[in-house]
Amino acid sequence: MKLTLKIWRQANATAKGSMKTYPIEDIEGDMSFLEMLDVLNEDLINKGEEPVVFDHDCREGICGSCSLQINGEPHGPDRLVTTCQLHMRMFNDGDTIVIEPFRAKAFPVIKDLMVDRSSFDRIQQAGGYVSVNTSGNTIDANATPVQKENADDAFYAATCIGCGACVAACKNASAMLFTSAKVSQYALLPQGQVEAATRVLNMVEQMDKEGFGNCTNTGACEIECPKGISLENIARMNREYLKASLQG
Amino acid sequence: MGILSASIAKKVAMALSGLFLVFFLAQHFTINLSSVIDPETFNNWSHFMGTNGLVQFVLQPVLILGVIFHFVMGIVLEIQNRNARAISYKSYKGSKNSTWASRNMIISGLVILAFLGLHFYDFWVPEIVYKYVDVKEAVEDRYFIELVHKFESPVRTGLYCLAFVLLMFHLWHGFASSFQSVGFNNKYSKALQGFTKLYAILIPAGFIFIALYHHFNQLPH
Repeated sequence: MKLTLKIWRQANATAKGSMKTYPIEDIEGDMSFLEMLDVLNEDLINKGEEPVVFDHDCREGICGSCSLQINGEPHGPDRLVTTCQLHMRMFNDGDTIVIEPFRAKAFPVIKDLMVDRSSFDRIQQAGGYVSVNTSGNTIDANATPVQKENADDAFYAATCIGCGACVAACKNASAMLFTSAKVSQYALLPQGQVEAATRVLNMVEQMDKEGFGNCTNTGACEIECPKGISLENIARMNREYLKASLQG
Repeated sequence: MGILSASIAKKVAMALSGLFLVFFLAQHFTINLSSVIDPETFNNWSHFMGTNGLVQFVLQPVLILGVIFHFVMGIVLEIQNRNARAISYKSYKGSKNSTWASRNMIISGLVILAFLGLHFYDFWVPEIVYKYVDVKEAVEDRYFIELVHKFESPVRTGLYCLAFVLLMFHLWHGFASSFQSVGFNNKYSKALQGFTKLYAILIPAGFIFIALYHHFNQLPH
């Protein structure tokens, strides 16, 4: 199929970017979106032009590296897939595809379509872990019984790959779905109880410091999340936060 | 902003003030509905609300503070949220993942705020002047006549109805959303959501009905 790509080009973090138009041919429906961009970049390199910079790593939908706002939606028009698993069969011959970086003040553009998502790392570092004594008397995780429903919900929360689609989709650029998934993952397990109060307070404080917007419950994040992380996690984080705040 | 500096604290404060206003709306609607059913009951209730010390000097200031807090906080949040995305998308398909009502709370909210200005000018200011500035004698049966008189104007009736439609949108998202904000999301949420959506339609529709009823059923001159 023949397509017209409108891509955000920006030389570096401080440069002023703009949309550039690129016609592209011989794209097959079985190609992934990133393979289509590989074809474009090969063309550009052959012409002696600067290739388009975009994030990618595993291309299996699990690393959370790929991003891209495609035709107004993070990870494109398909549901529960990342950009690397988005097939070109979702588009039609002659389509124009608008490709932009994930937009948020807390996700500054590094170059073209690549953004700096280290704000997520700093939120995680603020409390998204369980301290374990490894000095020889480590307790086997399986020795602590966990209620089935809680184990399942903790697991679903843990499937968040931290891609940032929730922030990109949210009209407020809020990071509540990501942060709540990381809080929930531990809040639901007995191992996470010791640091429960400080975890949620510190992670929310870091989230606010990074300059993400406030959650207004539009639900866009849940719809666009490639892993289907539920809004229930946000309600749980709100509860955890209130509980921790009231405890002082 | 101290205690309200954290995003979740602001979210909870917004939800609680919203829930308080939803509760007030039900009470306001009940009294207004009585004007359609029995003018005498409407006069009695209005006289009670207008002269009772607890209502006038405790509940009324709390309500006004609640309204001011809700819209000031709403505007503060909107400014912060707009700043969180300095460069906007060339292509953004919000309708694919969220409702118009949820994305435009600021628009419905500002229309309701403008309506409150008109509503205060129409009813609250004359009432305060009557009671506390001119210090006129209490006339128990004046309320119904004053109410019906206000709805003579088709322009005012139209503006009221328009504001109630926007109130419908505001409640459609806001009422259900406030429970999520305070952390309530469980097996009862679906039923609760149904109730909030029903409330969001019925109460504003009822207000529209009352306004139109008095417009088309004017007292004989």
